[in-house]
Amino acid sequence: MPGDFDIKYTAHLARVALTPAEEEKFGAQLSNILGYIEKLSELNVDQIEPTAHAMPLVNVFRPDEVRPSLSNEEALRNAPAGANGLFMAPKIVE
Amino acid sequence: MLNRLTISELSAKLGRREVSARQAMQDCLDQIKKVEGQIHAFISYDPADALAQADEADQALARGVKDKPLLGVPIALKDVIAMKGRPLNCGSKILGDFISPYSATVVEKLQAAGAVLFGRLNMDEFAMGSSTENSAFGVTHNPWDVSRIPGGSSGGSAAAVAADECIASLGSDTGGSIRQPAALCGCVGFKPTYGRVTRYGLVAFASSLDQIGPLTKDVRDAALVLNVISGYDPRDSTSVPRPVPDYSAALDGRVKGLKIGLAREYAMGGLDAEVGAAVQAAVKQYEKLGAEIVEISLPHTDYAVATYYIVATAEASANLARFDGIRYCARVDGSDPMDLYCKTRGAGFGPEVKRRIILGAYVLSSGYHDAYYLRAQKARTLIRQDFLEAFTRVDAILTPTSPTPAFKIGEKASDPLQMYLSDIFTISCNLAGICGINIPCGFTNNPKLPVGLQLLGKPFGEETVLKLAHAYEQSSPWHTERAPIAGS
Repeated sequence: MPGDFDIKYTAHLARVALTPAEEEKFGAQLSNILGYIEKLSELNVDQIEPTAHAMPLVNVFRPDEVRPSLSNEEALRNAPAGANGLFMAPKIVE
Repeated sequence: MLNRLTISELSAKLGRREVSARQAMQDCLDQIKKVEGQIHAFISYDPADALAQADEADQALARGVKDKPLLGVPIALKDVIAMKGRPLNCGSKILGDFISPYSATVVEKLQAAGAVLFGRLNMDEFAMGSSTENSAFGVTHNPWDVSRIPGGSSGGSAAAVAADECIASLGSDTGGSIRQPAALCGCVGFKPTYGRVTRYGLVAFASSLDQIGPLTKDVRDAALVLNVISGYDPRDSTSVPRPVPDYSAALDGRVKGLKIGLAREYAMGGLDAEVGAAVQAAVKQYEKLGAEIVEISLPHTDYAVATYYIVATAEASANLARFDGIRYCARVDGSDPMDLYCKTRGAGFGPEVKRRIILGAYVLSSGYHDAYYLRAQKARTLIRQDFLEAFTRVDAILTPTSPTPAFKIGEKASDPLQMYLSDIFTISCNLAGICGINIPCGFTNNPKLPVGLQLLGKPFGEETVLKLAHAYEQSSPWHTERAPIAGS
């Protein structure tokens, strides 16, 4: 599987623009890492349940009550662009 | 020179009003001024803010406040833990001039305990790395030999403690990021059981593996900080509702009859001879102290690194999706949202973060998810079972923390896989969700570099681990030795 590792496609999935030099370097390094990770295929994992979490806690609820949260001003303080109390983003729909 | 003291030593002096919190903070700031040019443990710090907090502590001391266990103690924070109104960069340039809008719960707990919280400690970008060379703010240097790395990712947290720039610090540990730098800088570092300490306000790297923990000058101090930061937090649904014992009460030296496991799978090639010898000597010392040494097996050890780098990168790729240039981040404009995301992230993330989120996206992607991510989650079950099985026979497991002492800056930077393989002793602890500590256990000869041993404990077995660590520490001279730069 490492042989068909497509760095351009996967970088796009990760939403990261790479330079051609980065594509070449990371492509080779990640193929090498995937080659190593391949050793997991030796392992027999039939009948083994996956672990998503080491400390299985289920259905953690809190009382359904209103609590204070960040003000609009505080929430927007780190925004690269904002106006009228909103985050500014590029146009999504024409 | 109050900066050289431990928490318990400083607290005693403050309690007797022999010294002031301001003087303690000022001594730390003077030391920072003296050594930071060579160490670079801090990304930033604000002396006026730190001294103002120290003055408040002095006023409380003058009022006779007694119920704040860290009153007036200067503690520094890794740059991944939010403190309201202070910068937060995670060692990355993508966050630009981000200022935390709220504090992590551990910060609020330390403040309630009276601590003077200051500084943003350097780290590998988003905690991804083992050397602190992946910081966008420059490399941190090891106080024992400034041509060497301090370990990582909490390299700034370990170096600042080892160079006496603070009394203690907080770090975060996803695969060894507290214990390994503590080992390479010669201090104590504790990774609590998953769920023991709240992660609210800790910027997430791999949410099922991350824990916050202390880096300190001795085991007693680690227990004192754990007493304050442990416990359930309604704002972190993965924190475990379970009472917090007084961890300092566990430090009673009673280790006779406790069983320490040595895993035969850890006796492998690649272990530095001097590290191996120091750890062997510590095992002998434990026998002298009355502990029983038992051989155990952790049969899936060989799969731990592969499992870790699938689980951790998959979680990272999801967690770091939030750094998209819309609500925060140094934005790079684009023609449409997709263009903006890709450019912002391409410009803002460093090489190791890019590699890991791309790897994470790959192992989660359609067609590969079952072969990589699901298989790794199953391997994680087997690794966890190995430990739970071993802990039916022993009270703790002893290993080296790092297979080598601190290496030279730049020595391993070009080969990420070699860097990953050096995490072999520390990563299983996070996969299994158990607790672990690094304590100093000797030095290499030439150059003189610290060696650390790791004790791994059962889920919520913090007391046993601290008890064993403290007993060894008190019977050995290592924790009293200071890095040359600290005393110069």
